[in-house]
Amino acid sequence: MFERIMVPVDLGHAEKLEKALLCAADLAAHYGATAVYVGVTTEQPSSLARTPAEYAQKLAAFAEDQAKLRGIATESKAYASHDPAVDLDPTLLKAVGETRADLVVMASHIPNIADHLWPSNGGSIATHTDVSVLLVR
Amino acid sequence: MSDTSDDQGIPAPEGTADIIDTDYTIGQDNIETQIGPFGLDIHNPVFLVSGLSIIAFVFYALALPEQASGFFGWLRPALTSTFDWFFLGAANIFVLFCLALIVLPVGNVRLGGAEATPDYSYVGWFAMLFAAGMGIGLMFFGVLEPVYHMAISEPLGVPSPIAEDGTIIAANVDAAREMGLAATIYHWGLHPWAIYAVVALALALFSYNKGLPLTIRSAFYPIFGERVWGWVGHVIDILAVFATLFGLATSLGFGAQQANAGLEHVFGIPVSTSVQVILITGITAIALVSVLRGLDGGVKVLSEINMLIAAALLLFVLFAAGAAAIMTEFFDGFVAYVKDIVPLSNPFGREDTGYMQGWTAFYWAWWISWSPFVGMFIARVSRGRTVREFVVCVLLIPSLVCILWMATFGGAAIEQVLADPAGSAVKAQVIDSYNPPISLFAMLEGLPLSGLTSVIAIVLVIVFFVTSSDSGSLVIDTITAGGKVDAPVPQRVFWCVFEGAVAIVLLLGGGLGALQAMVISTGLPFTVVLLLMCWAIWRGLLAERRA
Repeated sequence: MFERIMVPVDLGHAEKLEKALLCAADLAAHYGATAVYVGVTTEQPSSLARTPAEYAQKLAAFAEDQAKLRGIATESKAYASHDPAVDLDPTLLKAVGETRADLVVMASHIPNIADHLWPSNGGSIATHTDVSVLLVR
Repeated sequence: MSDTSDDQGIPAPEGTADIIDTDYTIGQDNIETQIGPFGLDIHNPVFLVSGLSIIAFVFYALALPEQASGFFGWLRPALTSTFDWFFLGAANIFVLFCLALIVLPVGNVRLGGAEATPDYSYVGWFAMLFAAGMGIGLMFFGVLEPVYHMAISEPLGVPSPIAEDGTIIAANVDAAREMGLAATIYHWGLHPWAIYAVVALALALFSYNKGLPLTIRSAFYPIFGERVWGWVGHVIDILAVFATLFGLATSLGFGAQQANAGLEHVFGIPVSTSVQVILITGITAIALVSVLRGLDGGVKVLSEINMLIAAALLLFVLFAAGAAAIMTEFFDGFVAYVKDIVPLSNPFGREDTGYMQGWTAFYWAWWISWSPFVGMFIARVSRGRTVREFVVCVLLIPSLVCILWMATFGGAAIEQVLADPAGSAVKAQVIDSYNPPISLFAMLEGLPLSGLTSVIAIVLVIVFFVTSSDSGSLVIDTITAGGKVDAPVPQRVFWCVFEGAVAIVLLLGGGLGALQAMVISTGLPFTVVLLLMCWAIWRGLLAERRA
């Protein structure tokens, strides 16, 4: 049913993503799909990587780790953004098209009052894309 | 998964570059916490110390207004008149340094690594450089300064063409007219942009090519080494936050007074603190929307809109005041600038101290105190340019635009004063009495459609303030997040609101003047800092060439 599952990851908080990662891997195994890990970084040096290229390598290594750990096919795609604190959603939406994903599995928090001002990334992706989205809370 | 695993990628910008080997990890001193529903990611202790010391200084200015304004009112002119030679000499060094970078082989180094591509098109990039760099000043001084230098300050001893009884002394006209423009262009041309270029280049180079966090202290790595991550660096960053926030808040306060003066002039809206508080609140509210829309959707869009409106106003004045005459002014002013730049920038043995200390040294201190803010913003949007391209675009092109702007607005105003001294509103507002905020509107009054153009001018002033407030919040947030540019958005919102609140408190309680004098006083230590930066850039670029 699904061939390419896009999994947005925040490498800085990978521990919080465990449920979403497991869920994506199980679905990928079940449908024989490829999990595509997508990360968005800054063009300026960040805590994870001092350049976008270094970030891309770390993400690729992460995807390989997942492939070995879960026994699934994986890919990775890194994006550098001018202002990721604000541009994350549009960048992820662009990634849905460019990775040719037919399902997005992503972690999201339980909505709170702040979501009225800053909607969660997951909520925003689900609103603006036509592929299926599974939010893992 | 964290960044502790060293085997996951060799640090490499796109193409060759010379990464600095440091153990510091960006964000290692940060506190990530949750306040209510909002996540925070702030540098410890830069965020807290800067926030608290800003509040402390506001209280000081409010509690002891006379003492504060007495002290800083004395300090600022004392510094600019004692160290005038230092400011002038240092600014000359910055210009020569930048010009050398254009012609030397190190100009080939690309910010972000040999294969990096520019983040922004020329138009968007240039609009942002300009809006952050001096947009608002052009509105405020475009008419005031050329007329003032022609008639009153007598730079290099060129005598005024206006006699005490208000008649024109024909023999003095040509020289004074040229000097009025040349002396103004000197303050808005190569020198200020060289100051910005030095700071911006230092930050861009150490961040994009050397892999250090995008924050002011990184430019000091060659000087202090690893100690830059400790208290030395904290102090540098806190000073930068301080200068930026107070610089923005005090100009926001004064800007509201100017806009109010304009509104009174055009619509008869009375000058009162309540109108000014409404203006500050409005500007901050629009800035908030822009902050929430981010760099591309906010500042960039507003800067481009502002560029268009400013260009339209420039063209209107150009044609309404006579394009042929203005173009003559432009070339005359340009030639006079080239001819007089050496004597105007001479730091020693000058007799025109009113101009040199009261204007030039003041301006240099002013531009330098703004340079951490503007430099950091320019660095943020300049990745992917070569050093040569960067210097040409940050130094030469803005200088040319400033010359055109000053020649047009100043030339039109000077023409009005000389053509009809008795009936000229500009003469009444600049020479007979000194009303800086009205000067632009007085000039527009002498041209057709002045009601419409005055409204456009007020809108332009307000939008320039919005872009400053917005880009300022972005810069302060990055510094107080230890160089993280992706810290949670509520932090930017906090700084934007904080800046508006400080402006309102100072406006109501008094103290705008004192704290602005304090900000300009920070220009002196920063001048030393900028000289060290030139050296750091040079070392950094040489290492880059060898990489």
